[in-house]
Amino acid sequence: MTNYRKHKIKWSFLVFFTPVFLWLMLLFVIPNLELFRLSFLLMDDDGGMVFSMINYVAFFEDSVYWLTFARTVGYSLVVTILVLIVALPVSFYITKIANIKTSGLLMVMILVPFWVSEIVRVYGLMLLFRESGIINTILVNMGLLKEPIEMLYNDASMIMGLIYTTILFMIVPIVGVMDSLDDSMIEAAYDLGAKKKDIWRTIIIPHCLPGIMSGCIVVFMLVLGNYITPSMMGGKYSLWFTQQIYNQFIAYLNWNQGAAFGFLLLFISSFVIWAALKLTGQKLTEVVK
Amino acid sequence: MQLALSVKNVTKKFGNYTAVDEVSFDVEDGKFFSILGPSGCGKTTLLRMIAGFYEPTSGDIEIRGESVIGLEPNRRPVNLIFQHLALFPMMNVKENIAFGLRRRGEKGKIVDGKILEMLERVGLPGYDKHEISQLSGGQKQRVAIARSLVLEPSVLLLDEPLGALDLKLREHMKVELKELQAQVGTTFIYITHDQSEALLMSDHVAVMKDGKFEQIDSPQNLYLNPASSFVAQFVGNNNKFTGTLLKESNNAAMIQLEDGIKVRVANADQLEHQEKVELFIRPEAMIINPKTGLDELNVLDVKFKSILFDGGNSRLLATYGQSSNEIIVSLPLNNRYDHLKPSDTIKIGWNPEGSACFKDIGIKTYDEL
Repeated sequence: MTNYRKHKIKWSFLVFFTPVFLWLMLLFVIPNLELFRLSFLLMDDDGGMVFSMINYVAFFEDSVYWLTFARTVGYSLVVTILVLIVALPVSFYITKIANIKTSGLLMVMILVPFWVSEIVRVYGLMLLFRESGIINTILVNMGLLKEPIEMLYNDASMIMGLIYTTILFMIVPIVGVMDSLDDSMIEAAYDLGAKKKDIWRTIIIPHCLPGIMSGCIVVFMLVLGNYITPSMMGGKYSLWFTQQIYNQFIAYLNWNQGAAFGFLLLFISSFVIWAALKLTGQKLTEVVK
Repeated sequence: MQLALSVKNVTKKFGNYTAVDEVSFDVEDGKFFSILGPSGCGKTTLLRMIAGFYEPTSGDIEIRGESVIGLEPNRRPVNLIFQHLALFPMMNVKENIAFGLRRRGEKGKIVDGKILEMLERVGLPGYDKHEISQLSGGQKQRVAIARSLVLEPSVLLLDEPLGALDLKLREHMKVELKELQAQVGTTFIYITHDQSEALLMSDHVAVMKDGKFEQIDSPQNLYLNPASSFVAQFVGNNNKFTGTLLKESNNAAMIQLEDGIKVRVANADQLEHQEKVELFIRPEAMIINPKTGLDELNVLDVKFKSILFDGGNSRLLATYGQSSNEIIVSLPLNNRYDHLKPSDTIKIGWNPEGSACFKDIGIKTYDEL
C-alpha cells in the first residue's frame, strides 16, 4: 500500500517536474554553462582553443570596456533611484488617497502601456520628443521656440526612456506593501506630532522596504540588461554595456569575449544587489516573496 | 475649575449626511468624560474632530480656552489612542514611546528618563527593549497609552481601545484605566458603545444618538434618572411596557397598560393626559411575590417563563399579557423560585419612584430589532 502510494506520488511529481526541469536545463543552465566555458577559452595561433583568462583581463586593460561598464552601472543606479522617487508618491496616491474606483483606473493606466512591446513604447516617446515631434511642433506654433530643438539622443532622454519603460515594476510591488499599511498608523504618527517628511521617513518607508527593495532589484536588473532603450534614445556617446556584449557577439564574432562580458555583468550586478540588501538589512527570500 | 475642553455647537456634515449635529459640552480639567452611543451615532467623528483629523462644518472647539480650529493634528495638545492602537511594528517599545518626544526635538538622557518613568507608571518596567509583536493585548494597550501620555497632552482621547480585548482582560483594563487616569490626572475623553465601560470609569457620561447628545450626566444619574426613552433603554437593562397615561384631578398619574390594568407612576409632569407612553422598570427594581399590605407598590401578574442562571447576575424571565416581550427580573442568589414551572403565574411589584416613563416615539434599540 505504502509502496503503491509512493509510486503514485512520484509519477505525478515527474509529470509536472520534467517539463520545468527540461526547460531550465536545456534553455538556461546548459547554454549558460557552455558560455561560461567559452569565456575562459582563447583561440591560439593554430586555430585551436586553449584555456586563458585573457577575456577577463581584456575588460580591465582596455579602458573603454570598464568605463562603459562603470557608466552603465552608475546610470542604472541613478535610474533606479529616480524611478523610486517617482513611484513612491504615485503608489501613495493610488493606495491611500484615491478612492477604490480611481485607484483601479490608475492601475490600469499604468498597466496598459506594458501590453505593447518595449520597442513600440520607445517609438511612442520618440514621436513625442523628436525634432519634428509633437512637443516641438506645439512649442513652435505657440511661438515659444523659434525653431525645433533636438531633445533626443542624449543621456537625459535615455534616462527618461528607461524610467518610463521600467516604472511599472517599481509601482506594483510598492502598491502591494503600501496597501497593507494601516491608515491609522499614519494618523497615529501625525497625531504624535510628526511632520509629513517624518511620517515618510519613520513609518511609510520602513514599512514598504521589502516592496521597495524588490522593486529596486527588478528595475536595476531590467535597466542594466536593457538594450533597446539606450540604443534608440541614447546619443552616440551613450554607450551601454549590453551594446558592448552585442558588438562582441555580432560585430566581432568573438563569442569568448562576449561571454566573459556577459558573466562580468552578472557577477557585478549580483554584487550590487547583495550590497544593497546588506545595507538595508533585508533578506532576499523576503524581498522576492 | 479650568476647562480642559470646550466643544461649542459643533456640526459635521458629509455631503447631505449630518454625522454630528450641534453638539456642545465642556469637560473640566482632570475629569474622565465618556461619550456613549451605538455604532454610527457620530461619536468617532466627534473624537476625530477634536483630534484634528476632520474639520467641523460649523462650531468651535477650544482646548484650555484656545480655539484649535484649523490647527493640524500634529500641533494640537491632544493625543488619540486608536481603536486598534496603531503601535508602530517596525519599532520596539522604547522607540514607540520616544516617537512623539523625538518629533519635538527632545534628545538623549531626558528622553530615556521619561520613557523609563512612563513604563514604570503603566506597569511595564523593563519592557523597553521588547518588540511590539512580543506583547500581549493588555501590554499593547499600556504601551499605546504610555506613548501618548509621555507627551503630557491636555486631553487624551480614547477611541474604544478596549474593544479588541477578551472579556476578562477588558474587565481588568477598565479598572486599571480608571486608576491610571486618577493617578496621572490627565483629562480623558473616552468613547465607547459599552455602557458598562462608560458607567464604571467616568466622572461624566454623554449619551449620543444620531449625532446629538441625549443626556450628559453622572453615571448614577444616567442610570437612575434617564432623560429620554433612548437613554433608559441604552444604559443598563430595562423592562419596557407601553400604555396610555391617565392624569387624575389631584395630579397623580396612572398608566393604563394594554390589558386595562392601571399602574401608578411618579414624575410624569411633562406628559399629557391620554398620551401614549413607554414605562421603564429596572430588573433590580422589581420584587418577586411582594408581601401583601405594601400599598405603595404596583403589582402585576405575569407568566413565569424560565430562570437564566448567571452566578450573581441571575435573572428570571417572565411574560406579561399577550405580548411575547420578555420581562427580566433580577434574582437573589437562593433557590426560592426553583419550583416554578413555565406558565405559572407570579406577582411582581415595584415602587412607582423606581420607574420612569416617556412619550412613546417608537424608538427601538438594537436588541429589539
